[in-house]
Amino acid sequence: MSYLEARTRFNQVFDLAFIWLFARLRVFVNQVGEITGFASKSIRLIFRQPLRIQELISHMEFVGNQSVTIICLSAVFTGMALAFQLFLGFKQLNASGMVGSIVALAIFRELGPVLTGLIVAARAGGAMAARLGTMRVTEQIDALEVMGVDPLQYLVSPRILASVLVMPLLCGVFDFISMIGSWMICIHLLEMDEAQYWERINVWIKPSDIFQGLFKAALFGLFFSIICTHRGYNTKGGAAGVGSSTNRGVVLSMVMIIIIDFFATNIIKIFLDWKEVLLR
Amino acid sequence: MNEIAIDVSDVRKTFDGKDFVLNGMSLQIPKGEITVIIGFSGTGKSVLLKHILGLLKPTSGSIKVFGQEITTMTADQLTKFRQRYGMLFQYAALFDDMTALENVLFPLREHRRELPRSQMVEIAMRRLHDAGLDEKHYGKIPSEMSGGMRKRVGLARALALDPEILIYDEPTTGLDPVLTEMVDNLIASTHNLKKGTTSIVVSHDLYAAFRIADNVAMLDAGKLLLFGTPEDFLHSDIELVKRFVAKGVHRKIESQAHEKIEVSRE
Ligand SMILES: Nc1ncnc2c1ncn2[C@@H]1O[C@H](COP(=O)(O)OP(=O)(O)OP(=O)(O)O)[C@@H](O)[C@H]1O
Ligand SMILES: [Mg+2]
Repeated sequence: MSYLEARTRFNQVFDLAFIWLFARLRVFVNQVGEITGFASKSIRLIFRQPLRIQELISHMEFVGNQSVTIICLSAVFTGMALAFQLFLGFKQLNASGMVGSIVALAIFRELGPVLTGLIVAARAGGAMAARLGTMRVTEQIDALEVMGVDPLQYLVSPRILASVLVMPLLCGVFDFISMIGSWMICIHLLEMDEAQYWERINVWIKPSDIFQGLFKAALFGLFFSIICTHRGYNTKGGAAGVGSSTNRGVVLSMVMIIIIDFFATNIIKIFLDWKEVLLR
Repeated sequence: MNEIAIDVSDVRKTFDGKDFVLNGMSLQIPKGEITVIIGFSGTGKSVLLKHILGLLKPTSGSIKVFGQEITTMTADQLTKFRQRYGMLFQYAALFDDMTALENVLFPLREHRRELPRSQMVEIAMRRLHDAGLDEKHYGKIPSEMSGGMRKRVGLARALALDPEILIYDEPTTGLDPVLTEMVDNLIASTHNLKKGTTSIVVSHDLYAAFRIADNVAMLDAGKLLLFGTPEDFLHSDIELVKRFVAKGVHRKIESQAHEKIEVSRE
C-alpha cells in the first residue's frame, strides 16, 4: 500500500469515526434537551393549583420509609469500617487521635450524601420508574390525561419534590448513624480517649461540612427522581419495557450521582472560598 | 339528520412528515346517537380518537366539538374541556392501587371538589350500580377482578362526571363471545340510560357494530370510506365494505353456532 493509499484510507476511517461520533453526540444532546424540558415542566407544575399535598406526603413517606432501615445498616458499617481502616493507617504516623475527625469529614462531605444517593436511587428511584412504567403500558397515564388530570403534575412533580425534601433527612440519618459506628470502634474496640475523640471532631468539623453534604444529597434526590420518573414515564413495549426502564433509570441515576458529586464538590469549594474572601 | 356533536373536517396528520396517517379525514358524528367506527387494522382509528380527545394535534384541518374548535385550544383549556368526555379503554386502564369505588371517586375528587365526600361516594356507588357491578365487589382492587368486572368499573369511572360524549376504544377486542355480548349490551343500555349522550365505539367487530349502531363509519387509509346506517353497509357496492361485511357475517354465523346469540337489536 502506497503512502497515498494509506493516507486516503486513514482519512476515510477518520471521517467515518467523526460522523459516528457526531451522530452519537446529537442523540445525546437531544436526550439532554428532552429530559431538561420534562424536568422544568414538572418542577413548574409543583406550584400549580391544585397543590398535590396528599401525594407529596405519601411519596415522602414512601421514599423515606423504604430506605431508612437500609440506610442505617449501611451507615453503621461504613462508619465502623472507615474508623478501623483509618486507625490502622494513622497509628503508623502516631496520629490515631485524628481518626474520629477524619471519619467525620469523609462521611459528612462525601460518603454520606453519595452512599445515601446510591442506595435511595436504587430503591426508591427504581420503584418510581417501575410504577410509572406500569402505569404507562397499562394506559393508566392516558386515562389520567383523558380525565383532564395532568399526569406530570399528578405523578411526577410530587415524586421529584418528595425526593428533594427527603434526601437531606436520610443523609442526616446516615451521617449520625455512621458516627455512632465510628464511635463504637474508636472508643469501645480501640479504647481511644473519648473526651479527646469528641474534642477533635469539634475542632475540625465546621457546620459548612455538614451542610454541603446535605445540599448534595438534595441535589442527588433531584437528579435520580428526574431520571427515574422520566424513564418510567416514557416506557415503551409492555412488561418487558418496564423492566428495562427501571434498570436503565437506576443505572443512569447511579452514574450521574457519582459524576455530579465531583462537579458539585468543586463548585461548593469555589463558593466557600469566595465567601471567605468576601467576609475577610 | 340530527345535530352534529363532533365535526372533523379535512384533517391530515403525519408523524414523520412523509406518511399521512389521516389523509383528508372528514366525519360528522351526530349528537345523541351511537356511532361505530370500523376499519381494518392500521387505518387510523385510534389516531382519529386521539384527535377527537385533543391528545394529538392535526397537521392540518379542523375538529369542532359542540361547535368549539379544539385544535387551537391551549393545554389548560383542553384539560377543562375533557371533562365533557368519558372514555372506556380496551383493558379498562383502572388505577391498580385503588379499589373499584376509589377508581370511580377519582374523577369526582379531581373535578367536583366542592361536593362533600358523602355525596361523592353516593354518586360513585350509583355509577357502579348503573354499570352493573355487584355491591360486594366495590372494595376490590383491579387485580382481584375479572376482565368483565374491570370493564364495568371502567365504564362507571367514565360515567362519573356525566359526560356528554362517551368513547369506547375497542371495547370487545380480545374478549370471548359471552363477554363481548355483555359489553355490547352494556354500551347500548348505558346509552339508553342517559338520553342525549353521544357514544363513539371503535371496533373491529362488524357484527357488534350492526347490533348497537345507529351509524357506522368505515375508515380506510386515513379517510372516511362510507358513513351510513347498518343497512347501508349491507347493501353497499364498495369492494372493501363488501369484504368487511363478509367477514362480519362469517363471525356472526360462528358465534351463533357457539352461543345462539340473537341478531336483533333488542
Ligand atoms: N404516535 C405515533 N407515532 C408514529 N406513528 C403512529 C403513532 N400512532 C399511530 N401511528 C401510526 O398510524 C397508523 C394508524 O394507527 P392506528 O393506531 O390509528 O390504527 P388503528 O386503525 O387503530 O389500528 P388497530 O385496529 O390495529 O388498532 C399506524 O401505521 C401507526 O403505525
Ligand atoms: Mg387502534
